[in-house]
This record gives sequence, structure tokens and C-alpha cells, in this order.
Amino acid sequence: MIEALLVSVTIFVLAMFVGFEVITKVPTILHTPLMSGSNAISGIAIIGALLVAGRLSGTLSVVLGVIAVAMAAINVVGGFLVTDRMLQMFKRKEDG
Amino acid sequence: MSAAVLIDGAYLIAAVLFIVGLKRLGSPDTARSGNMLGALGMLIAIAATLFSQEILGFGAILAGLAIGGLIGLVLARTVQMTAMPQLVAVFNGFGGGASALVAVDEYIRLGEAGASATPDVAVTIALSILIGTVTFSGSMVAFGKLQGVVSGNAVKYPLQNASNALIALGILAVSGWLIAAYDPRALLILVGAAFAFGILLVIPIGGADMPVVIALLNSYSGLAASAAGFVLANDILIISGALVGASGLILTSIMCRAMNRSLANVLFGAFGVGGSAAAIGPGADGDRTVREITPGDAAVLMAYSKSVVVVPGYGLAVAQAQHQVREMGELLEAKGVDVRYAIHPVAGRMPGHMNVLLAEANVPYPQLWEMERINPEMERTDVVLIVGANDVVNPSANDDPGSPIYGMPIIEVSRATNTIVLKRSLSPGFAGIDNPLFYAESNRMMFGDAKDSITELVQELKSL
Repeated sequence: MIEALLVSVTIFVLAMFVGFEVITKVPTILHTPLMSGSNAISGIAIIGALLVAGRLSGTLSVVLGVIAVAMAAINVVGGFLVTDRMLQMFKRKEDG
Repeated sequence: MSAAVLIDGAYLIAAVLFIVGLKRLGSPDTARSGNMLGALGMLIAIAATLFSQEILGFGAILAGLAIGGLIGLVLARTVQMTAMPQLVAVFNGFGGGASALVAVDEYIRLGEAGASATPDVAVTIALSILIGTVTFSGSMVAFGKLQGVVSGNAVKYPLQNASNALIALGILAVSGWLIAAYDPRALLILVGAAFAFGILLVIPIGGADMPVVIALLNSYSGLAASAAGFVLANDILIISGALVGASGLILTSIMCRAMNRSLANVLFGAFGVGGSAAAIGPGADGDRTVREITPGDAAVLMAYSKSVVVVPGYGLAVAQAQHQVREMGELLEAKGVDVRYAIHPVAGRMPGHMNVLLAEANVPYPQLWEMERINPEMERTDVVLIVGANDVVNPSANDDPGSPIYGMPIIEVSRATNTIVLKRSLSPGFAGIDNPLFYAESNRMMFGDAKDSITELVQELKSL
């Protein structure tokens, strides 16, 4: 069990480093889109929500799972769409 | 090949798409495609999960997806760009809430099956519930502050940090209980305490510090997803959550550096609530004089300038004057004036707030200059128009070691030939700090609502 946890921790630490390396210098103009876009990615919790909602282990469990799926879906769908809407507005020239 | 292998392969593709997507979000020319790659990765991950043999029923899942997807769609389509900070706060909160619910669900399932969680799983469950719930309730308070439902000022009460520490200790204790044995009461208390903790962490934070909090909650929403990944031993959750956690931390540190303050100071300092003696009200002006300017005179001054820089702040968002400002900029450009916008990293209520606002008003982004780039240009600038910004142009940050904001990087407007400050009154800004710029020889004040003042300015420019 502990070995499995250690593997998970390893993945976590390495992914944090990847995150720090990938997003080193971000211009101010992209601070909001980066935040809302990365927030949509954090909606990946939807995977966990799908798994717990789908295994049908008791009413309470399913209800909680459905709420979790709905919340995560708001985060994912809303996050990616609003980021795209924002990025569409960033233009070099007017009417460009 | 088994379904599980295919699903893991799909998760790997999703993780790569997230990383490439985040990378591309870092540059204006590639940002849109980066966001789309992220969305594609998410689609692949969700589709693959539906093939999991753990999923026995689809009715509940589809209902949740339909409800959440529809709400997300409507919110994203209809929200006003001026309400972006609130929306980002809400999305952060929902992500955190979903992660917490996943952990709660897992705890209940393990308990009901009589197979109470092994200590290592129980620790991850407690952690996941804690981070997710704090993200949820903290984000809701942030939403309330930004929406004006909750006081936007720093709310302070006696023994604030002591009571927070007490709740933190309580959370530790109840987590120990939850880990030691399956008990629904421990679960309820932990959720309740974490909920309260999230509220108490955000409530004392004043409006000017909101960009830090929003960035930090962004990071938490990622860490919450990661924690849920530990609970379910699911690598894609761990990886994606860590990526978001890292990007949120980077933004948080950018915001802190832009205010020359530590994260601890932002979170526990309850900044700008009369703590400092430097907060001088308008009544204590002494013999300092303020010079006013009319919109007509300001229009002439700017129209016959070579270079004009506009410094927007939160006041611009409040007055919703971004379209008027853009119209003013266009009129000036038509007269041959070089018009630029100087953006301080913490101007507004979320990271990048001013950029979103001005982009909505169709200001082309090459006209938006970052603080480090515009400061060397200030000496060659004829007029700086400061619209609803205060602390980010306060010269005390450079030359008054006694000032609470001493050392904070600012837009050095006082090096320009003329400055014009648009402001409702002489009251100090959110940080409650007096601004010597208002009394400077080269400064003129234009009192009133920013939208009205700039509308008048536009009229005057048209009649020139």
C-alpha cells in the first residue's frame, strides 16, 4: 500500500516541477486566461466524480456523486468556454 | 488489450495535451489553441472514463453532466466581462467542491462496506476533504466580496489569528479521529470545520489583495483535484491537479512580488484597516493644496501632447468606463497623439483584470504596456491619465520608508510632465494609504464619476 502511495507522490512531485517549468514567464495580458484555463483543467476532478457516481453503491453515494459531477462539469465547460471567449477579444488590431 | 490499458493510454494523451495546452497559454499568439488543446484533453479523459468497468450505471452520470454542462455553458456565454473575477472565483470553488465530494463519497463507501480505509488512504481522504472544502467556501466568500454581497473591505475581529489557529488545531484533531476509525460524525465535523476555515481565511482580506487570493484559490483547486487523485489512486487527477497547483502558485508569487509583500502578510496581515499611522484622511491635508482641472482643459492638454499614457485601476471597472476610455484613446490617436495603457500586475481584483476589461472594449493588446516596460518611457510622456487607480501610482512606495507600501513596485507616473487623476474624492484607496501624488505640482485632479468625466472629455475632444 505504502509503495503505491509513494508512486503517486513521485508522480505528483514531478508534475509540479513540469508545471513550474512550463509556466515560467507569463505576460500580464494572459494572467486571467491562464488562470481560468488552468482552472478548467482542475475540473479534471470530474473523472473522480464520474467514477464515484457511476458505481451505484448506495443512494447517498450516488447523490453526492451526481452533485460532484455537476459541479465539475460547470467548472470544465464554463472554464474552457469563458477562456476562449476572453482570448477571442485579445486582438492585435481592431477588427482584426 | 484490456479496457483499463486503453483508458490509461487515453489519460496519458490527456496529460500531454494539458501540458502542451498550458505551455501555449503563456503566449498571446498561441493562447487560444492552447486552451482548445486543454479542452480536447479533457474530452478524451472524460470519454475514456465512461468505458471504465467501475461505472455500472449511466443515468445519474448523464444527469449530472447535462445539468452541470448546461449551467457552465450559460454562465460562460452570458457573463459580463466586468464580472469575470466573480466567475473565476465561482469556477475555482466548484472545482474544489467536486474534489471534496469525491473524497467524502469514497469515505462513506469504504465505511458502509465495512472495509474502513487503510491509514494511508484515510490520510489522503482527510487532506482531500480539507483542501477541497476550503477552496469551495473560500471561493464563495471571494465571490461574495467581488459581487458586493459581502463587505469588500478587510473584515477584522479580535483574536483573528488565534481563532484561526484554534480551528486549524481542531481540523488536525478531527482528521486524526477520521483516520483512526470510520465515523460519519468525524466526517461531518471535518467538513464543517474546513468550511468555516475557508470562510475565515478569506473574510479578512481586503479588496486590493483580491488578486493574490484568487490566484491562490486557483492553485488550491488544482491541489484539491490532485488530492482526490490520491484518494482514488488515479494518476490523471494527480498530474493535472499538480500542473494547475503549480501554475496557480506561480501566479500567486507574481502577485505578491507586484505588491512587495509575502504571502503570509497578505493572508494574515489584514492590510489597510487603520493599522498604520500613515493613513491620513482628507481632513488632515494641512497646507497641501490640490489643483483641479476641467474636462475641457484636460482635453486641450492631451490633444496637443505627443504621448499620453492611461493608467487604469479598479475604479475603471467599477465605473464601467472602459468603452469611453477606448473612444477617448481613438480620438487622441486620430489627432496624432501616441496613446498607451500602463498595466500594473495587481491593478483590479484578479490577475490580468485590466487586460480583460480593455480587451472587451476593443483596445488592441499591443497598446497595453506592462509596468517594467512603460516606466522607462515616463520621462518622455506628456500626460498620464490615472483612471480609478491609486496605490499602484503612489510615489510613497518609492520614497517614504515609513509607508506601508514602501518597496512595492509602482508605475512611476510622477516622472511624467503632467498627471491627471480621475477620482471621486480625495479619500485614500483600498489600502487606506495617503497618496502624495494628489498634491504634486504637476498633478491635476478631476473629481467625479470616471465614466461621466471621460464622457465629457470625449465631447470636448470632439469639439476641438
